[in-house]
Amino acid sequence: MKSQLGADEAKALLKAQVNGELPDERGRFGPFGGRYVPETLVPAFDKLEQGVREFLHEEEFQKEFRRELREWVGRPTALSYAPRLSERWGTEVWLKREDLAHTGAHKINNAIGQALLAKRLGAKRVIAETGAGQHGVASAAACARVGLPCSVYMGAVDIERQAPNVDRMTRLGAEVVAVESGDKTLRAAIDEALRKWVSDPAGIYYLLGSAVGAHPYPYLVRELQSVIGQEARQQMLDQAGGLPDATFACVGGGSNAIGLFYPLLGDDMELIGVEAGGTGSGLGQNAATLATGTPGVLQGSYTMILQDDDGQVQETHSISAGLDYSGVGPEHALLQATGRVTYLAASDDEALDALEELCETEGILTALETSHAFAAAREWSKDNPGKRILIGNSGRGDKDMPTLTKYPPRIRQHASS
Amino acid sequence: MPAHERLTAAITAANQAGRPALVPFITAGYPEPGEFINTLKSVASVGDAVEVGIPFSDPMADGMTIQRSSHAALSEGVNLEWIFSELEMAGVLGTPLVMMSYLNPLLAYGYDRLAERARATGVSAFIVPDLPYEECAELREALEAEGLGLIQLVTPATPRERLETLCDASRGFVYAVTITGITGGDTGLPDDLADYLDDVAAVSKLPVCAGFGIRAADDVANVGRHASGAIVGSALVEVLEEGGDPKAFLQSLGGK
Repeated sequence: MKSQLGADEAKALLKAQVNGELPDERGRFGPFGGRYVPETLVPAFDKLEQGVREFLHEEEFQKEFRRELREWVGRPTALSYAPRLSERWGTEVWLKREDLAHTGAHKINNAIGQALLAKRLGAKRVIAETGAGQHGVASAAACARVGLPCSVYMGAVDIERQAPNVDRMTRLGAEVVAVESGDKTLRAAIDEALRKWVSDPAGIYYLLGSAVGAHPYPYLVRELQSVIGQEARQQMLDQAGGLPDATFACVGGGSNAIGLFYPLLGDDMELIGVEAGGTGSGLGQNAATLATGTPGVLQGSYTMILQDDDGQVQETHSISAGLDYSGVGPEHALLQATGRVTYLAASDDEALDALEELCETEGILTALETSHAFAAAREWSKDNPGKRILIGNSGRGDKDMPTLTKYPPRIRQHASS
Repeated sequence: MPAHERLTAAITAANQAGRPALVPFITAGYPEPGEFINTLKSVASVGDAVEVGIPFSDPMADGMTIQRSSHAALSEGVNLEWIFSELEMAGVLGTPLVMMSYLNPLLAYGYDRLAERARATGVSAFIVPDLPYEECAELREALEAEGLGLIQLVTPATPRERLETLCDASRGFVYAVTITGITGGDTGLPDDLADYLDDVAAVSKLPVCAGFGIRAADDVANVGRHASGAIVGSALVEVLEEGGDPKAFLQSLGGK
């Protein structure tokens, strides 16, 4: 299968994307995407696809979704000017505050949207996968809200690393199922959730947490997360008096990034996605799928993945569990191929530094995932003084305290010094 | 005769001898890479065709038994090229081989090279569990150019019209998944299995082999009344895992 695009083809695909024509009817974003699922799952995906077509843009559904976003999630989330960070970086820095959304990250936008969809489709129960636990918590909360039982599949390794989130999910009424197969992390949890779905495709709704996997998930998740970019665009016009010169978001599977970027694709600005550079550029040292991966099929989608020469998917490393995934959403693979979005990597150390700088200058403890976007924005600012930038502050960092306590604070520039 | 027709003929020959064809599945290089060809030959002496599983890091359609064997083989360095060279050294077996692989290792190997190497080493057909019909044209063409078949899977949940499409597109045989689930389940075969298999057999021009959940002689006999053959995967891999004799086990299931 091809993955390289000619110049004319890239231009045509970008135009189609801006016009809302992608994915096509086969779930393709240019060469990427599609639906590579076992025959046993085909009826389940067909049913989901039909449900998405029927309900997602229907007026009643949208009204209910918007009401839940407003009254339960707490949207619109704020757009914050960052004066002290701006002064330090020499650029005008604005933050889209998804950390202020209910349960502490953008994940809830997708979770409540899909939970409402599950209800419409007549599902008896919901299953979800989770890595760090954020999507699991969001799913547990959303299912409690709509009144559906929820089981969250989570790798045994992650259960150990993310004990507080396991407790949160359980208290929110979800059953947490330990996955002992494969690498016992997110990838294995997705495989196990799919296996469970196969056993009862009619009664179960699978609430996937990122813009990855087989069609229609990358499309469905993008549509539910686009509220981030729609709000941010209007807020920039209202509060900053104009659109940014550059917009940054971190990319694991890529749901917060596609939600922020998608409504901005047609605007004249740089879009920069930031992946987890981990401890180095070697296979297994990072989760920088777009920056260092190659095209292949993983978990239902033709996209960029981290694999060896034999097509075996490799384990990843990142300090942030939410970016620690061997694949990436197929729409990001297209945005890279057309050149519309630039994808960079920030290392574990750079992310930690950026996290501390934001704490110190703006009083915001951001998530380790999000810190990667700040690290790249800081570097970009060095070469672009005076420009206006927007950063997707996708989640809050309270969940990262167990990790952060292992690293002594590096920056000590408070009033007392 | 294209290789996939030899596979069809081997299934039909078993039926003509008055028994359902037995198609054992082994994970290549499991439990010992050094024993691969011996295991294959011993299994091939009882089976009418042999399904050889290519290990993959993310076997999403498989249960724990085959997942474990797949990861064990990978950690021993088993890959497609190694499997082909082992098959090459072993020479022609006389029993048609079917390769079962998830798509990504095949993509990484390259379809054209794959089809040539497979034909040259006695492979008749491929089963690719994460490649649904809608996405399969490119691989199918590359395989058919070398006379190899792409076997389509059907399930109890497959709607009638789709069943016709899949049976038409299949080569070698049609793989009828017996249960809604993954391999290695312990739920037993469903009660309405007979009707389902009869439906598939009525639609398909090719022999139908049933797989998933076939663990005992009774299962093979039961399936054999309504399908041309039975595929035995997880139960055989368990025997290998426990160091048992695969040939004796397959004979107890009614192998040739």
